This record gives sequence, structure tokens and C-alpha cells, in this order.
Amino acid sequence: MAGGGPSLMDSLFQRSLDDLIKGLRLSSPDNKLNFISKSLDEIRREIKSTDPQTKSTALQKLTYLHSLHAVDMSFAAFHSVELSSSAVHSHKRVAFLSAALSFNPSTTDVILLLTHQLRKDLSSPNHHDVSLALSTISSICNPDLARDLTPELFTLLSSSKMFVKKKAIAAVLRVFEQYPDAVRVCFKRVVENLEGADMGVLSAVVGLFCELTVNEPRSYLPLAPEFYKILVDCRNNWVLIKVLKIFAKLAPLEPRLGKRVVEPICEHMGRTGAKSLAFECVRTIVTSLSEHESALKLAVEKMREFLLDDDPNLKYLGLQALAIVSENHMWAVLENKELVVKALSDVDVNIKLEALRLVMSMVSEDNVMEICRILMSHALKSDPEFCNEILEFILLTCSRNVYEVIIDFDWYVSFLGEMARIPHCQKGREIEAQLVDIGMRVKDVRLELVHVARDLVIDPALLGNPFIHGVLAAASWVSGEYVELSRNPFELMEALLQPRTSLLPPSVRAIYIQSSFKVLTFCIYSYLGLDGDVASEPLSDTELDNDNVVITHRQTSSPSSSKHNLTQESIMSLLNLVETNLGPLAGSDEVEVQERASNVLGLIKLMKPRIIGGLNQSEEELKASESIKLIYDAFSEELAPVSLNSQERVPIPDGLVLKENLNELEAICGDFKLPLSTSFSLVKTRMFEKDATSISECQSKEESEPSNESTSLLSEHRKRHGLYYLASESKESLSNDYPPAHDSKDKAIDEAEDLVKLTEQSLVFKKKSNPLKPRPVVLRLDDGENSNFVSKKLEVKEDLISGAVQEVLLGTEASTSSSRSKLLKKSSTGVPELKDDTGNNDISEVSLVGSGRKKHSKERKHRSSGKEKEEHNNKDKQKSDRRHSKHKSRQRADSALAAQSPVIPDFLL
Amino acid sequence: MGIRFVLMVNKQGQTRLAQYYEYLNIEERRTLEGEIVRKCLARNEQQCSFVEHRNYKVVYRRYASLFFLVGVDNEENELAILEFIHLLVETMDRHFGNVCELDIMFHLEKAHFMLEEMVMNGCIVETSKASILSPIQLMDKAA
Repeated sequence: MAGGGPSLMDSLFQRSLDDLIKGLRLSSPDNKLNFISKSLDEIRREIKSTDPQTKSTALQKLTYLHSLHAVDMSFAAFHSVELSSSAVHSHKRVAFLSAALSFNPSTTDVILLLTHQLRKDLSSPNHHDVSLALSTISSICNPDLARDLTPELFTLLSSSKMFVKKKAIAAVLRVFEQYPDAVRVCFKRVVENLEGADMGVLSAVVGLFCELTVNEPRSYLPLAPEFYKILVDCRNNWVLIKVLKIFAKLAPLEPRLGKRVVEPICEHMGRTGAKSLAFECVRTIVTSLSEHESALKLAVEKMREFLLDDDPNLKYLGLQALAIVSENHMWAVLENKELVVKALSDVDVNIKLEALRLVMSMVSEDNVMEICRILMSHALKSDPEFCNEILEFILLTCSRNVYEVIIDFDWYVSFLGEMARIPHCQKGREIEAQLVDIGMRVKDVRLELVHVARDLVIDPALLGNPFIHGVLAAASWVSGEYVELSRNPFELMEALLQPRTSLLPPSVRAIYIQSSFKVLTFCIYSYLGLDGDVASEPLSDTELDNDNVVITHRQTSSPSSSKHNLTQESIMSLLNLVETNLGPLAGSDEVEVQERASNVLGLIKLMKPRIIGGLNQSEEELKASESIKLIYDAFSEELAPVSLNSQERVPIPDGLVLKENLNELEAICGDFKLPLSTSFSLVKTRMFEKDATSISECQSKEESEPSNESTSLLSEHRKRHGLYYLASESKESLSNDYPPAHDSKDKAIDEAEDLVKLTEQSLVFKKKSNPLKPRPVVLRLDDGENSNFVSKKLEVKEDLISGAVQEVLLGTEASTSSSRSKLLKKSSTGVPELKDDTGNNDISEVSLVGSGRKKHSKERKHRSSGKEKEEHNNKDKQKSDRRHSKHKSRQRADSALAAQSPVIPDFLL
Repeated sequence: MGIRFVLMVNKQGQTRLAQYYEYLNIEERRTLEGEIVRKCLARNEQQCSFVEHRNYKVVYRRYASLFFLVGVDNEENELAILEFIHLLVETMDRHFGNVCELDIMFHLEKAHFMLEEMVMNGCIVETSKASILSPIQLMDKAA
């Protein structure tokens, strides 16, 4: 035994597989790895044995460890090959099983060494050997193996032993995939088996076609008559399900085929007791035959049965089928809406999700508010995971196609704010993006947006939740960017600087500081009265006047707040507040935070003398005014999105010839380079003209309403950390200022009832009831956005298969075509024959040989439906010309089919 | 390819049989099994037997202490797969007589052979219990 060489002792005292399993069971979890590695050492030794029994047992054990304990067994690949040649069937089995379970078809190189053994076994008189070899091929087949074994498979396809034949058919699919040329050899025989009476064979061959049609259904249209026969005659549910799947792929290609099969499918659906078959019928109808109204009605009825069933499986599938119909036939969903809504409160999260998907598919402009409200109340009661699913769906649906379904943006932004406050909310990122996005796109909503943002920023409790820091970043950005619309910039400043902002990550904190910079600039600017005396730009003038309106309005309407009007005192306390809070941050080790804080502090340093100096302006102080104006102007520049292609739309001036060749110019100009034209993305907008009036309206309306929770929390905080706040005199005026943007918390809604109500009210498709306010303009770029780039990926292998299939089926080669027509003659009794057509093809093909391309383009003109297919072919052509000269014949086959395909279903009619 | 894998897992989450119809390396198998088992075992009797995972649809069913999980692609009929699982269990039942976890543990190869008779290349090729078992019975006799 020394030296690890295999010996008699090894074979005598070898542990059997049973011993190994028992040992594994007895060893403790800690010890298991140890035990496995010890066994592995034994196996490595035993597997080298010359005794096949010892080797086989070792391999058996190794396979077990590999399969269930994730042990690498690539080292034993050669031993599998070696053992596979054993004369003992059981050894052979062990060898092939280990190969099937562990070989990687694309990297295990010893597979090639198996070729000879497999060939031998495929032609063995022992059909168990044959079947074993076939199973092995179907799991480890690579292109070389497929090529080398195609002749043997071809023979087996017409074996008299059904047991072997069915396996050969199943294995041939893999061979086709690996080596498409095998189709030319074997396909005819495969097709012949569609006629067979043996259920195993039929099941295998239908399964094979089911897989093939998934990728390129058009090629198999000519076989429709055979499939139809099976659909009508067969009574085996397994086979019927597969045939239905085939028809689901074929029917959309040829309307007449659909007309023909819809009746037997409905029959099956009505007759069968098997739910699987019934469901397949439903699915086939809703995916491929939904234009047949009566059938669709039957299918929807069946779905309803499923939805009403207690079995959660049927409920789930019913919902899924409903989701398929919902795309084109919303009525089916509406008919079952109460069941769908009920499913929202199912115990199974998968069912809930399906229901949610359906509910969201019902959303329209008219019911979006109600659906969202109900779902929101649902979200509050759900577990965190489903809650976030709901939120995600809402966010996705509402923002679809640039907020297509939203009319009332005021509602939507406050709804977003509400969403952020849900304790489990983890969708901060998406909410953040939408808040900013809406702010930029929809001018009219900015006032409301600022309210919402203010409520978010001011609430100290929110700062503790890391999931919504993104939302806070957006809110603070909005507050700063649209500070002109804010009713109380001072309060905003306090909120932006509150001590709990230290909980924010630096990136968000930087945004807070930047926003406070904007707010500060705005306040100083207003205080200095620069708005009044600058009249150079008419545009900014109106804008600023409006700001003035805001502020003066405050003075007149609410005397209580007059104190923090822009007096020197108030501005000074504001400056001091900012200084106190940001001072320490100038030494922050976070670059962004430090830098921005320094910016603000710099501004204060610059401004302080000017403000203290009052009206006696020295030259320097004038400079300060100048600079604040510049900064302010910079901030009021609005960033607007610019379409990618906007330059193209600039009208070309008369006399400008764009396409003229400038070569001569080059000679003249020599090394001069034309300056690149810079593209502008900054657009100054005139947005605030309208808003001012609405602001004042809002204000007077809301002035009297009570304070909300967050404000009181803030004032609580103020009590404790007075240092960081403005002088307390402004407190009273502050606390009564703002009502919550959207106060729906009190409404405890009983979800179930409400959901039922929802089904009654909102899911009905009302015609647009005149909306209270018109939908605001949503800025949207007409291109470059949301464009889906449909990248067409060609699956080369499948292409090759279908090409070869078409070749065989439509008979470009004389022999194939004749046998094919023979086949058809034999098979499709009572159906018009294909023969004439195939004959024609043979003739046309002759003319095609010379001018393939020309023919293609001609055909394109004739056929409208086949256009895509045609392009496809052309692409193939270029490719395959390079690849293989062999495929030229396939091109012919393709074009032959293209010309032919409309004729085919006539067999059925 | 209809069926992509067949797993048998006990309720502790230990894999008892794993048959894949597409090549995955050991690490991929391990993670996939772990994820799916965690997902399915957490579900209760009142929930449906279908779980979507990555690009698979997993159809599972529990028999006593053993879970049968079958991963299929989106084209496959879920209810038919449930019937397939049942057929597999019945077949094993007929062969072992009241099949239990230990039978599969100690006769893993046989379980693989039965599967091999029923499924090739991810397609179901045989649904008759007698035909599935006949080669295995022959083997038993020969042994």
C-alpha cells in the first residue's frame, strides 16, 4: 500500500458507496469536510486501479460527492472515458452517468475520446447500451461529437424498437443545435415520426418540434397539417399541451391557420378534466388567438373559474393569463376586477404581486389618484417587502412615458412626499429622481413642489432614516433652486441647517449647504432691494418684481410675520445663524462639504459690511451689491434639458450650402482651424410671471390652517438647541405658518372595503370627466428620450437549423423535395397537396441560382408581411457567404419558402 | 429546453438529487440551489407552487420531508410540471415501495436512471410508469 499505488488490499477493503453515504450521515457538520477530503484521497487512489470493479465503485462515490457535495471531479474525466468501454453494463452506466453529470461540453476535452465508444454503443444490438449512449449524447454533445455521430443517429431514427427511437428523437434536438447540418440528414426521418402511433415516440417528436418552433416558427408552417391531425386525434395530454404550444407560435404567422385550430382548441378546453390542458388552451387562446372573440370569451370564463378556485396554483395562473389578455383586451380584467383586487390581500406574495401588476395595468388618467391612494393604504399595512413592491409599481406606472397618466401634478408631488414618509420606504432613489425631474419638466407644479420639499426638509425625524436621504437631497435641492416660491426662506434656512443634518452622508449634506447658499443669496438680494432698482433687463425685472410681491404680500396680509420681514436685524441674525452652523464645517474633512461651507462663509464675509453699513455705501459695499446680483443671476438661470437632435432642427439659412465640399478651403486656410461651435444647454426661462399671483392666493388661503407635526418637532428641537436657531421672537409666527401639504394620515382606511369601493368607482372606464384643472405643460423632448433600442440579436445556430429545415421541408434538392411530396401524399389525406408548389419551387430555384440577390429585392416589393423575414435572409446571406459556401443552398431554400409560405396553410382549409 | 433542472431537497435544505439539463459549473449550481431552496422552503402550504427566480420558473411540490423542485423556462406549462413531479414520485413509490428520503440517498443512481427514462434534453419523453421502470428492473435482475 505504500506509495499510494492501487493494490489488492484496496479492492478488498474498498469502501462502497453505501459506506460513504453512511459515513457522511454519521459525521458531524464540522467533521464533514474533513471526512469528504479523506474519502476523496481514497477515491483518487482507487480510481487508478486496473480492476474495473474498484474503478467503478470509486467513480460512483466520486459522482455522488460531486453531485451532492459540490466536489470537483474534473480530474476523473479520463477515468470515466476509460470505464465506459467496460463490457459490463453496470460499469458502463456508472461511467456514462458520471460523464453526463460532470462533463462540460465546451471545455472537457476528453469528450472526443468518447466518440468511438459512443459510436460502438449506438450500433450495439443491446438496446440498453444504445439508450445509454443516447442519453449521454444528449447531455454532453458538442459540435464534433454531433458531426461524428450523425450517421448512427440517422439509422436509429428509423429503429424498429420504439424504446430506442424515442430517445434518438430526443437526442437529435441536441445534435441539431450543435451541428445544424445534421438537419439535412435527419430531418425527414424526424418528420415521418409525426405519424407514429407510439405515444413515447410521438411525445418525443412533438417535444422536439415544440423546442424548434420557439426560435423560428415560420420554418415549420408546412408541417401544420400534421400538427393539426395530432391536435384533433391525440388523447394524450402531454402531447396535446406541446402541440398547443406549437400552434401558439404558428397561428400568429398565418391567420387562416388560427381560424382552423381555434375550434378544436375550444373543444379541448371545454371537454378536458385536466387543468394543465385547460390552462394551456387558455394560454394559447390569449397569446395567439385573441382576435377570435368567442374563443377569447370562453378563455376568460375559464380564467374566472381559475380565479375563483381555492387552489392557489390556479389562482396564480389565472392572474398570469389575465395579465396577458390585459394588453389588448382590458375588458377581461375589468370583468374580473373584484377578484383581482381581492387577490391583493392574498396570503401568497406571488399572487399578490401578480394582482398588483394587473391593478397597475388598469391605471388610467381618470383613476390614477384613487388607485394610488388605495394602494398606498395597502402599502402601509403590508410587510416591508411587499410595501416596497407596491411603491415601485406606483412609481413606475406614474412616471411611465413622461408621467403620461398624471394630470394633477400638485397631487402627485405631495403623494411622492407622502411615500417618502412611509416607514418601510426604500425607494428613496426613485422618488428623488422624480422630484427633481418633475421640478424641471413641469413649471406649474413648482409652487406645490416647494411646499412638499419644505415639509420634508423641515422634519427632523426624517433625517434619521438613511433610505430617504436621497429624497431629502432632492427636497433640499428643490428648496434652494426655487426659493423664490418659498413663503418663508428664513424657516427654510433653519431647516437646512438643523443640527441633525449631521446624520446625512456628505454628498447630501453638500447639497443642503449649496441650497442654503442659494437661499441666503436670495434673502440678501431681496433685502438690498436690488430687485427694485435694476431695470436694465426687462425679463429679470418682472421676475424680481414678483419676488417683491411675495414679500410685500406677507407684510400686508399677516402682520404677525412682519417681524422677520427683511429688516437689517433679521438679515443679520440670518447671517449669524448661517455662520454659527456652517463655521465648524469649514474644517470638515469631506471635500464637498468643506468647500461649499467655505463658499457660504465667504459670501457672508463679503456681505456683512454692506449690510451693517446700511445706506452709506462706500465703493466696496457697492461692489458687494454687484457681486450678490451676479451670484443671484447665476442661480436664477434655469437648467433645462436639451434634446440630442435639437441642432438638426435649426433651419438652414438661405444660401448656406452644407454639403459643399470644402476641400479647396482647406488648401487656402492651411493650418487654420475652424473653431468648434459650442452647444448651449443653459436656457433662461421666464417662468415666474404667472406664479406670483398664485402664490399670494395660496398664502392667504393657507395662512390660517393649523401647524403640522414636523413643525412642532422642529420647535421642540429649537427649545433644546436654541443656539443654532434664529432669535425666538420669530417662533410663534413660524409655527403657525404652514399646513401639511397633504394630510391623509387621519383617514384610517379599511383596505378591504375600500378596495371593493375602488373596484366600483375607479376602475370603471369613465370618459374623461372634465378635469378640474387642465394638465400642466410637461416639458418633454420629442426624441432621444425613452427610445428603446431594439437590438436585434441573431441566433446564428438557430438560424442555421431553420435554414436547413426549410431546405428539407421545401425541397430545394430534388431528392428531398420528391420524398417530401411523397410523404405529404401519404400523410395528408383529404388535403390538397403540396407537390405542385414544391415543384414550382424547384423550377424557380433554378432561376435563382444565378441571381439570388435580385430575386430577393423583387420579392420584397411583392410581399409586405414577409419584409422582416426578407431582411433577415439578406443578413444571413452576407454572413453565411463568408462562413460557409454550403449555405448558399440554404439561401435558396429561404427565398423559396418566402415565396411559398402564404400558400401552405391551404392544406388546412 | 423545457425542463432546465430537477432538484430533490430535504426540509433542512440539503440537496438529495440534482440533475441539470444545461451545463452549470459547481459554483453556479451551489448558489442556484441555495437561492432557490431558501426561496421555496420558506413558503407554506397555502401558497402557490410557482416561484420565479432569475430566468427560471421553479415549480415545486412537497412530499413528506422531501421537496421536489423543477426549474423550467417560461414556455413550460406549470401544471403539467406539477403532474410530472407527481408522476416521478409515483414511479419511485412503485419501485421502492413507499419511497422515502433514504431510498433516494442510497439509490441515487437509480433515481437518476428513472429521470433519464422520463426526461431527455429537458423534454419529457416517457410518462408510463411501466416503461420507465422496465430497464431498471432488468438491471436489478442482472445484478
